[in-house]
Amino acid sequence: MQHNEVIRSMKTVTLTLTNPSELLLEGQSITPDNFAGKKAAEIATLDVWEGKQKGPLGKYFTVAGDGGATAADTRIILRGDCTRVKRIGQQMTAGEIIIEGNADMYIGGWMKGGKIHVKGNVDSFCGIGMEGGELIVDGNAKHHVGASPRGEWRGMKGGLIRVAGSVGNDTATFINGGTIIIGGDADIHVSTHGEGGTVVIKGDARGRVGGQMVKGDIYVYGTIENPLPGFKMVGEVEQEVDGETALFAHYIGDLGERHPISRGKTVYANLYTRI
Amino acid sequence: MSKKVENVGCPYCGVCCDDLVVTVSDDGKKILEVENACAIGNQIFHHATGGERVRLPRLRQPDGTYKDISYDEAIDYAANVLYKAKKPLIYGFGSTNCEGMAAAAKVAEKAGAVLDNCASICHGSSFLAMFDNGYPSCTLGETKNRADVIVYWGANPAHAHPRHMSRYSIFPRGFFTGKGHKSRKIIVVDPRHTDTAQVADIYLQVQQGHDYELFDAFRAVVRGHEIPDVVAGIRREQIVEVADILKKARFGTIFYGMGLCHSDGRNHNVDIAISLTRDLNDFTKWTIMAMRGHYNITGPGAVWSWQYGYPYCLDLTKRDIAHMNPGETSSIDLAMRDEVDAFINIGTDAGAHFPIDAVKHLRKHPWITIDPNICMASEISDLHIPVGIVGVEVPGIVYRMDNVPIQYRKVIDPPEGVISDEEVFERIHKRLCELEAEEVAKEPVKAAPEGVRVGE
Ligand code: SF4
Repeated sequence: MQHNEVIRSMKTVTLTLTNPSELLLEGQSITPDNFAGKKAAEIATLDVWEGKQKGPLGKYFTVAGDGGATAADTRIILRGDCTRVKRIGQQMTAGEIIIEGNADMYIGGWMKGGKIHVKGNVDSFCGIGMEGGELIVDGNAKHHVGASPRGEWRGMKGGLIRVAGSVGNDTATFINGGTIIIGGDADIHVSTHGEGGTVVIKGDARGRVGGQMVKGDIYVYGTIENPLPGFKMVGEVEQEVDGETALFAHYIGDLGERHPISRGKTVYANLYTRI
Repeated sequence: MSKKVENVGCPYCGVCCDDLVVTVSDDGKKILEVENACAIGNQIFHHATGGERVRLPRLRQPDGTYKDISYDEAIDYAANVLYKAKKPLIYGFGSTNCEGMAAAAKVAEKAGAVLDNCASICHGSSFLAMFDNGYPSCTLGETKNRADVIVYWGANPAHAHPRHMSRYSIFPRGFFTGKGHKSRKIIVVDPRHTDTAQVADIYLQVQQGHDYELFDAFRAVVRGHEIPDVVAGIRREQIVEVADILKKARFGTIFYGMGLCHSDGRNHNVDIAISLTRDLNDFTKWTIMAMRGHYNITGPGAVWSWQYGYPYCLDLTKRDIAHMNPGETSSIDLAMRDEVDAFINIGTDAGAHFPIDAVKHLRKHPWITIDPNICMASEISDLHIPVGIVGVEVPGIVYRMDNVPIQYRKVIDPPEGVISDEEVFERIHKRLCELEAEEVAKEPVKAAPEGVRVGE
């Protein structure tokens, strides 16, 4: 079948937070999927929540520009202080969101595709349950970056999360796939219960790195303040990580956890620390 | 003639002793004697009739003093606060019955509130671990009748649950444990050498905040792997020795407390304790149990899980969707982030237990306390509604720490005119329905909902 390449012209919707809420805002409707095919005036009628009060988006934001024909053709730019706006880009499948400053919780939660770029900091639970796409944070992120939602043992499945700064605790809990790259330090619990995927910490990690981990890879460039007793060093390896090659000490673990056997060999999680 | 009431349940700690004998004065107004209870249990009964009780709701006046008002006025005030708030928080329930909790949930749903209980600052992390990893538990009766190895990890029942050791774990003679204490091995893991550690056969002084590493070491040893010489301050030989005892037990129970739930990592400490319990079941029978604090703090978990599917931190602001995510919908986080604009403190003392910054944030908005007694919360409230004391003046169902429901009875009547938590909430619910109906009557033709609802 002949595949016709459509030349896409992305349309940009600019939201400016001009009338901030008193408590908080839940902005799960702010996704390219919801904006696609809508004129600015229609976008302004989409729901956002402040506690139990439902209000139109236009009550809080000024909306400029129309959505593209599809999600993939829609770019959303958020201006103003969105420190208290949650759930931007939640469950998005395509398109692009640029947040000029900070944003609150659940940014890019359960996202399946497209790209989110946050130029400031984000709060907790960003990229949780992620399946695809890209979430880029220029600042810091709080806790549960790329972790699984509570009680969900099938965590992040795919996609890329990049946090230039540091992260709080519980990064990549129950990770199953995808990649998380942290430019700075990580607090306790990295890839706890991990069953796949890759996490790179370019700074230091405080501890509990790979606890109860079954499969998957972790790279730590700095030091691990409190390494776990369940990880055993097995050698040194040279590996290419995020475009650069370096020498790493290779550990396997968590030896306390169950591990599958594949082709007669036990599969362990790998922890690499830079030498 | 004074009257003796037997088989009375103690409304204090999660041990829920139901063998108390309470002697009541002739006129049924005074409690004279309490038998079988520990010192704290004793106190809770004597306190009821010992001093002056608040008999009417009290409303804060512009000059800062309290003025007595009627229950009707108080109910109206509370309903209006809940109705007008965008995101009210109803928190507490450590010391009330399940009937009160169910009525409060009705109110929360109607008001679009966040509904949370003291687990939020206590064993809530245990719930998170259970969601992630299951809960291979048992009843206290099973422990009493079968267990020959007991582990107390980060728990100090000698002070917090005074009769736990004598009723269920260390000392009682059970069906298969006829020798009582003599046939049991007691292991205590705690950074502090507590009074519970005094009765231990083996005491492991784990380095504070490193329980997770110690569990990991136990798990690695149980699976036959090497571990470092010292883990979390404990020597390898001792870890290996204890792991061997755990594996050779006939039946074991790990009782854990705040040492796991409220040191770094919280739910993960409990989570890996559950993992170890599961591992040990490859060799013998092991169980694990949370040392729940108050006599019915297990109750809201049971009642609300049945009503909404979640035990605590329930965000019901969308009414037909229950959302739960501690870290976001937990009381302290909501308060610290200034996300709520009204607060009802019921059957606990948030004034005493919450961090001062959380209290300051909450205090910017209306604060209502529902409690039998004067406490710190009642003294900083806008409204204090007194209620009868459950287990002393009000009967009801409570859940013991092992999730066993027990019917509590009352031994005396509440002070004249004072109603129960359940009645307070039922009446608030009724008033909320009226307010809603008034609103609908005011604007008979409601505009069609604006916009499109996401996810529909
Ligand atoms: S151990 Fe607990 S339930 Fe039993 S009497 Fe003492 S305070 Fe009451």
